[in-house]
Amino acid sequence: MTTSSSTTAPVTTSATSSRFPMTLVIGLIAVALLLAAPFAVYPVFLMKVMCFALFACAFNLMLGYTGLLSFGHAMFFGGSAYICAHAIKVLGFSPELGILAGVLFAAVLGFFAGLLAIRRQGIYFAMVTLALAQMFFFFCLQAKFTGGEDGLQAVPRRALLGFIDITKDIHLYYFVLAIFLFGFLVIYRTIHSPFGQVLKAIRENEPRAISLGYRANQYKLLAFVLSAALAGLAGSTKVLVFQLASLTDVAWQMSGEVILMTLVGGMGTILGPVVGAAVIVTMQNYLAGLGEWVLVIQGVIFVLAVSLFRRGIVGEFVAVAKYYHARKTRTAGRARK
Amino acid sequence: MAEINPPLLSVKDLHGHYGESHVLHGMTFDVHPGEVVTLLGRNGAGKTTTMRAIMGLLRKRAGSIRYEGTETVGLAPNRIARLGIAICPEERGIFASLSVRENLLLPPVVLPGGLSVDEIHDLFPRLEERRSSQGTKLSGGEQQMLAIARILRTGAKLLLLDEPSEGLAPVIVQHIGKIIRDLKAKGFTVLLVEQNFHFASTVADRHYVVEHGRVVDMVENDKIAENAARLEAFLGV
Amino acid sequence: MIELLGIPPQALFGQLLLGLINGAFYAMLSLGLAVIFGLLNVINFTHGAQYMMGAFGAWMLLNYAGIPFWGALVISPILVAIVGMVIERILLRRLYHLDHLYGMLLTFGLGLIIEGLFRRQYGSSGLPYNNPLPGGTNLGFMFLPNYRAFVVVASLIVCFATWFVIERTKLGSYLRAATERPDLVQAFGIDVPRMITLTYGFGVGLAALAGVLAAPAYQVSPTMGSSLIIVVFAVVVIGGMGSIMGAIVTGFGLGIVEGLTKVFYPEASSTVIFVIMALVLMVKPAGLFGTAK
Repeated sequence: MTTSSSTTAPVTTSATSSRFPMTLVIGLIAVALLLAAPFAVYPVFLMKVMCFALFACAFNLMLGYTGLLSFGHAMFFGGSAYICAHAIKVLGFSPELGILAGVLFAAVLGFFAGLLAIRRQGIYFAMVTLALAQMFFFFCLQAKFTGGEDGLQAVPRRALLGFIDITKDIHLYYFVLAIFLFGFLVIYRTIHSPFGQVLKAIRENEPRAISLGYRANQYKLLAFVLSAALAGLAGSTKVLVFQLASLTDVAWQMSGEVILMTLVGGMGTILGPVVGAAVIVTMQNYLAGLGEWVLVIQGVIFVLAVSLFRRGIVGEFVAVAKYYHARKTRTAGRARK
Repeated sequence: MAEINPPLLSVKDLHGHYGESHVLHGMTFDVHPGEVVTLLGRNGAGKTTTMRAIMGLLRKRAGSIRYEGTETVGLAPNRIARLGIAICPEERGIFASLSVRENLLLPPVVLPGGLSVDEIHDLFPRLEERRSSQGTKLSGGEQQMLAIARILRTGAKLLLLDEPSEGLAPVIVQHIGKIIRDLKAKGFTVLLVEQNFHFASTVADRHYVVEHGRVVDMVENDKIAENAARLEAFLGV
Repeated sequence: MIELLGIPPQALFGQLLLGLINGAFYAMLSLGLAVIFGLLNVINFTHGAQYMMGAFGAWMLLNYAGIPFWGALVISPILVAIVGMVIERILLRRLYHLDHLYGMLLTFGLGLIIEGLFRRQYGSSGLPYNNPLPGGTNLGFMFLPNYRAFVVVASLIVCFATWFVIERTKLGSYLRAATERPDLVQAFGIDVPRMITLTYGFGVGLAALAGVLAAPAYQVSPTMGSSLIIVVFAVVVIGGMGSIMGAIVTGFGLGIVEGLTKVFYPEASSTVIFVIMALVLMVKPAGLFGTAK
């Protein structure tokens, strides 16, 4: 899927060298804010945002950076949630092992789903992932161990690593923050690695990448497994926050929501999904009393985002920033293009 | 400027872009009624792009294209077709999911005066024999015949033929040459794109030489022999 | 009575008939999707909602205007098709020059809006719609309800008529040609953008017609479309998007397979089509009737 603005390539060399410390400074400020945030904002809300932000970032690894729209990412998010919940509640795992179990499950599921889905291109890929996710949904609906329509409830918040108490929301918050930052950094590093560059090449011109000797399908599969694993990380973490794993997590509506978050925030930008998740989760919070209108409003946002605001919030910011930067260097007398 | 024989097609300062790249740099030429005129040039000179622009298939175009006095540069392709222009594209464009007969009958009649199906079958007997075959099962030469044949029924008076001789055996090329001369005798006007100027000289009245998206020369057909060496070198034949 | 593998014939044939009916809906819906996809290159995610609107159209015509089933069979699809054509003209058309996934996302969003609005108005549970052809005939090995027979016959006629028009008529030749080379067809003088709008309307109308037929068979509920449409996507992946006959055959065939699964292995009945999809993807990724792209 081609995106209108690619933000991974620096504009000019001078911009690069001045940009890097800037990114670091902004990053540090952001982390500082995040560390202080739970004293100003309800921690459970922040944790929910971070879980979905991680989910959306993982999803965007496929859409924005590999160019493949997966309509079934809920199976990784929700499937991992079920495994983690079961591991902690029934098998007595400690939280970090439960999360690990969930992530591994999501990675394996991603591998097999990816093997099937990557055989088709573009639109077909989306439909296959949707159908596979729906198959998984029905499996979860019928399987005993998922608790069916009730789901797995009252999952205990056991002591982290055996001794760290996370029963208090504020304590759990820092653990979730650490997970979120870890996941985000993994994605950041992946995008800026040689592997990420190959993905970008595949997204922009797959036949050319293949003719250059890259086994495109292998790269796509690996990206898919990574994306699935990180989505699983988000799902498992969510279980700790809400102490619940349910059918909602594996439903197609969940797959639709993560697409919406990424679209609204800006696909193909690294911060877009984070912003999108924050916006959508906040919106859902405020509109919780309106019942079915939430569905309508989400649909309207989808239509608007696709028709008019394809770059998303962050994408629009980046475009505006680029425009002013271009104007600045033009008036500085340097020849451009 | 009153003319005794005003041009059927008058192209003035036609500019065209494919995306960002500027391909046509002010094409200017005329085609008079009943003429056969060629655009000669190397690969990439802008000949096919000019045809597409005339037909309305080139999205970014500017300048003037007048057909029978009507300005067409801003019109949609179907409106241009309905004025009486028809195209036989370079890649022939035979539809695989249609039979030969369906391909033949696809372009609708836009003006009176086109050939009847019987007349077309007289010119192209092979097409009647193979009318139930799938369109793309025909040989290259037969597909070229079909691509020319189907626009004769529409009533279009100006035919745009893009490299009809390309990739075909000499015998078939001769046949196509005869057909173009027949069409001229019947009153059609033809704008021809060709790299093979020997073939072009057997059918055309005038030749425009195109380079880098503009007309650089015009050669009357009776002067072709004197210019042959120069043109051969130029076209890289 | 002879039992087949331990199943009494009444149960077997009854379930087969239900499978055939499901198959009829799969066929009509995947046919509409295939027709739209062929020309527009868009997966019409709104299809499920348009199917639901067809059913609600019949319900509303009956309850607000007193128009019975037979009138609704004609009027409801036309009304829903008009709404669809307006959507295509105003919203969908702007996205054709972009990656095809945008069109799909747009139709997905529209589906959410439509389903949300109907759920807001009518709740999530079903509304009843009376059977216009009550009663049936006893064939000995099974009881054949009149309405169910009608649905099968009607959908076969609709599917066959669609196939005939597309594959054997002049109008169909325009559609087939435009699916291959829309620019060239327009260069011959045909208003292709209008053809696209009408084709979308036709595909939507097919979905709505299926909805009207579904109203007496299943209940009329705002969620009836979304659960069905994902199965239809699997049907489409199995059949391959390219062929009209493929969509019809695969639809009916999978309905029957699903019905048989319900008889012999009921737990798997909701997932069997997806399992078949996975198998087909491993063996023939382009689909059973599809051409490799």
